[in-house]
Amino acid sequence: MEATVVRTGTEGKTWGGGNEPLKASYGKMMMWFFILSDALTFSGFLAAYGFSRFKFIDDWPIADEVFTHFPFLHGVEAPMYYVALMTFILIFSSVTMVLAVDAGHHMKKSKVTLYMFLTIIGGIVFVGSQAWEWATFIRGDYGAVTTKGGNILQFINTEGERVALGDFAIPMEGDRVEHDRSNGIWFDTSEELPSYTIEEVKAGFAANDDILIRTQQLNEDRQKTILSREESLNILNSQGVGTVEGANLVENEYGHPLFADFFFFITGFHGFHVFSGIVINIIIFFNVVIGTYERRGSYEMVEKVGLYWHFVDLVWVFVFTFFYLV
Amino acid sequence: MAHDTTQHHGSATKRIWTVFGILSVVTIIEVALGIIKPEFLTDTYLLGMKLLNWIFIILTIYKAYYIAWAFMHLEGETKGLRRAIVWTSIFLISYLIFILLTEGGYIYDVYKNGHVAWDF
Repeated sequence: MEATVVRTGTEGKTWGGGNEPLKASYGKMMMWFFILSDALTFSGFLAAYGFSRFKFIDDWPIADEVFTHFPFLHGVEAPMYYVALMTFILIFSSVTMVLAVDAGHHMKKSKVTLYMFLTIIGGIVFVGSQAWEWATFIRGDYGAVTTKGGNILQFINTEGERVALGDFAIPMEGDRVEHDRSNGIWFDTSEELPSYTIEEVKAGFAANDDILIRTQQLNEDRQKTILSREESLNILNSQGVGTVEGANLVENEYGHPLFADFFFFITGFHGFHVFSGIVINIIIFFNVVIGTYERRGSYEMVEKVGLYWHFVDLVWVFVFTFFYLV
Repeated sequence: MAHDTTQHHGSATKRIWTVFGILSVVTIIEVALGIIKPEFLTDTYLLGMKLLNWIFIILTIYKAYYIAWAFMHLEGETKGLRRAIVWTSIFLISYLIFILLTEGGYIYDVYKNGHVAWDF
């Protein structure tokens, strides 16, 4: 079909086409520009987190007091260890990914397969850890009282150790009944009742002289303010309106509800990226196994998903810093 | 592009493990500082922020540099591609952070010093 070949006389010249000034293939370059725009999305979220934190800088929860759990270590205060472990898992899966890319450059199919497999396992372990972290955060540990102004009152004993609501609340016989779908006009259930009512907490607090209240307001040493016994009784009786255990999008036993909102949103969005990264990695893994790239003569596809995977790791490095460290 | 990346291949895995070592050590330092919280770092302020937080942020950027340069192989790309990615993001992100944090600090002052009670 000679007729379809248009000759312009510019072949081999600068504007003759076929130039690659950035020396990167189309797919790889577009992956980079996607990553750039995604990085800006995450920066928007993290900057919004910083905005809200600066707005409420005096009553922002202290991360060390929020994330203190480690699987199978009940009752042991282990701030930071679990999230450090998660960070290592993700960095290590990045390492196996880059090893897979490197093996791809050498056209070593079996090595690419092995390293891709390890990367997928690392990703799954990370998402599982994230789920555990969420579950722990949602369940909460000590519980707190909410006030009219939407603040949180926590309880400590005279030694300064946290006290859970269940340790001092006096159970009362009452007419609290959880709404069931069987006895309603609309067949839905009510929200779960809190374990303790505000009256039970108030009665228990009045009966225990050695319990004090800690507000979410930070003092000059960036510690939560501890009230005296009289102030505690006064604020609990005049302002306490309900109890809260754990965290959700509306209230949060650790302090300002925005903290929980941003935590769920940003780590959730990151977790979704990890999840989609795992799915894409699995697809590429099977392509490697059936020899698609061997026949194509290039493992560049592995390199492209590798870029995405490293980006997810890169975002986690920043989430880790701004949620857990700073 | 197997053909144009094969020339610097001998030490690629060595470099990967070196970078892994650097990232691990930096993470361990961060976690240790986060648990110990040395007082001279939390009590010293620089430009309105604790010295400890500056250290965390600088170490984070240091880690991000290694991930982008070694793992994402930016060091092997052309200058044009590298600058298109790095300078665009650095400029836009710094601008966004500057604006939002300034505004957040201003609203904090309004809540604190204004005549309207927010906690009632």
